[in-house]
Amino acid sequence: MTPTPPFTDEHEELRESIRGFLDREFAPHSQQWEAERWFPDEVFPKLAAQGLLGLKYPTELGGQGGDYLHEAVLVEELSRIGSGGTAAGIGAHINIATPPIWKFGTDEHKQQYLVPAIRGEKIGALAITEPDAGSDVAALRTKAERVDGGWVVNGEKTYITNGVRAHFMVTAVKTTQEGGHHGISFFIIDRGEGVSSSKLEKLGWHASDTATIAFENVFVPEENLLGELHEGFKLIMANFQWERLAMALGTVGAMQLAYERTAAYARERTTFGRPLSKHQTIKHKLADLATQAYTARCVTYDALRRFVAGEEPIKEVTMAKLMTQRASFELMDECLQIHGGMGYMGEHWAQRAARDARLGPIGGGSDEIMREILGRLLGL
Amino acid sequence: MAATDTVLKPDHQSKRKHFIFTDEHEQLRESIRAFVAKELAPHAMEWEETTFPDSVFHRMGELDLLGLDKPEAYGGQGGDYFTSLVLGEEMTGANSGGLAMGVAVHTDMAMPPILAFGSEEQKQEWVVPAIKGEKILCIGITEPDAGSDVAAIKTRAVKDGDEYVINGSKTYITNGHRADVIVLVTKTDPDAGYGGFTLFLVPMDAPGVIREKKLEKLGMHASDTALLAFQDVRVPASAVLGEIGKGFYHIMWELQGERLIGAAGSVAGAQKCFDRTLVYAKERKAFGREIGKFQVIRHKFAEMATKIESARQMVYVTAWRFAGGEYPVREISMAKLHASRIAVEVADECIQIHGGAGYMKEYGVERAWRDSRLNRIGAGTDEIMLDVIGRSYGL
Repeated sequence: MTPTPPFTDEHEELRESIRGFLDREFAPHSQQWEAERWFPDEVFPKLAAQGLLGLKYPTELGGQGGDYLHEAVLVEELSRIGSGGTAAGIGAHINIATPPIWKFGTDEHKQQYLVPAIRGEKIGALAITEPDAGSDVAALRTKAERVDGGWVVNGEKTYITNGVRAHFMVTAVKTTQEGGHHGISFFIIDRGEGVSSSKLEKLGWHASDTATIAFENVFVPEENLLGELHEGFKLIMANFQWERLAMALGTVGAMQLAYERTAAYARERTTFGRPLSKHQTIKHKLADLATQAYTARCVTYDALRRFVAGEEPIKEVTMAKLMTQRASFELMDECLQIHGGMGYMGEHWAQRAARDARLGPIGGGSDEIMREILGRLLGL
Repeated sequence: MAATDTVLKPDHQSKRKHFIFTDEHEQLRESIRAFVAKELAPHAMEWEETTFPDSVFHRMGELDLLGLDKPEAYGGQGGDYFTSLVLGEEMTGANSGGLAMGVAVHTDMAMPPILAFGSEEQKQEWVVPAIKGEKILCIGITEPDAGSDVAAIKTRAVKDGDEYVINGSKTYITNGHRADVIVLVTKTDPDAGYGGFTLFLVPMDAPGVIREKKLEKLGMHASDTALLAFQDVRVPASAVLGEIGKGFYHIMWELQGERLIGAAGSVAGAQKCFDRTLVYAKERKAFGREIGKFQVIRHKFAEMATKIESARQMVYVTAWRFAGGEYPVREISMAKLHASRIAVEVADECIQIHGGAGYMKEYGVERAWRDSRLNRIGAGTDEIMLDVIGRSYGL
């Protein structure tokens, strides 16, 4: 079959090899990692050995010299692991923690953080959300005060993916009294004295070490300022589009996989004397699911194509994020329903997929925020 | 008369009592609510990890809560069906779907068929101690290859002299690990179609009853859900519950009460979730104001309240018919379908209103969704409800 634009044969080959690698190396362990509420750190060097942590980064930094489309293939395939939390940890590293360093970092920042991150030796996290400031970024309270040779940071971040394991945190901090759009800066903060993490228990994403991170009088040297002073809001905005597109892409892969598995089950399972799939309601449900998955793919690929072409398609990306995250949860929930009591049981992939998918309409900007953005873009 | 005296103003805080309830029901409600808040709710988090202890049954027996609508002759309170409905609603105050389910299986699913079809000896042996909370009941319908498709069950009971020998397996059995006896659905005549089923009361300590494993689940973590095996289990003919060959019809009758009490629990659970989220929306600020004051969020609450109210009215009116001796299968199916759906929708919307906090365990909102999600599957899936409703119209 001809690859769907913007992908080409080259991307499909990459897809095959990534899929094989994930199926072989990670998927067999996903159940265990979910139960242990932790995937091992070795996942990162393993991915790095395949060149998968630097697909979009230049070769001189140890990357593969590819572009966002290569990364898109990986992100879409991560659902193969069968553990949303593991995919989230990898995604946080490649999609949100390292891109700001690549785009806004100095050569020293890149050598010190990005190069080892691409090698899988240092794990990154992006720390923006706080207990009293989620989608409302202007309400951030974590603050930095100037001292000799740098800054002292105090405050608390929460819902931070890789929050326990991360070696460095790309952290949004108030550098003026007022904070707000021209009063926030980003620092790359190393794990060290004054930094403490506590892991959070969640509805889904169990293998992820989502954490609250407290910063208590943490000294951050001057040179760890990332981007311009007081202009951190720009960094946040710069990567939002890719972050949301990546969420949409991950969902596209997950939906396809869930549909295929559920259709296979419906063909096998017999009730009232015939396969489930031969009952009209189930057949129609599956038809709806296949349609939903295809819709999600089309809306996402269109936004991706525009993004890669440099169109800055905020509207399309926002719509793709909004549409796919809700659709994915609904699809997973239907898959759970088709599996009946078995789907409700702890070891079953369908209940895990539903729990994992439920974060979609909250993380990366909630559905409500997406609609608010769209309202403004539509001139309402 | 001042002009304002003629103006009708709504009092949203006024107490509203539905016509099915009397003052006595409301007093009962108050006393159950106090018990649940004081003795059960504080342990909700802990019991999610450990499952709730058997002592809950003993304590509820002591407080006369396990036989509210059961005959006084067997130690019950002799109340009407609505007293049981009040209990089902108030148990949601424990913030533990698994606990509410474990108790409901005992009082409203396993006990009614023993009372309806059992012999005097069976009632004395099982119902009397069950109402005291000294014996725990469970009911076994589902099998690994037969869920909603009850007719496909394979567990066999074969007559051997004065005894029956039972072989088979049952799964997703609530209280399956703690129970003293199971109301077991078996096939006694595989060639007789719907006329080939028979119920048995099988003591769970009988040789050959194997409690295989505690099943892990999406939600209802406080409940013990079992996979059970029956290997050459011998029971006397006196263990037959009801009539031989009438088991299918007995269990279809039982399912009506099960679905109705489940629907009541769905509505009450949704209300609980709504109330907690309302408090949160009045406290949490974003973009400079309470999130409840944003039109989008306010409308979500309005939508949820409307859904909950619609389901509550269905449940109450259907319960009124049921209590009056009607057998309103269509209405019960509709109430079960609608209440289960809205409970899941409401819990999901409450997660959304809580944002990231809703996804975290400590707020308990994600648990409400995980717990209520079972309601669209257990006691007959949405799909089965739709089928029953469709067929009731001759389709």
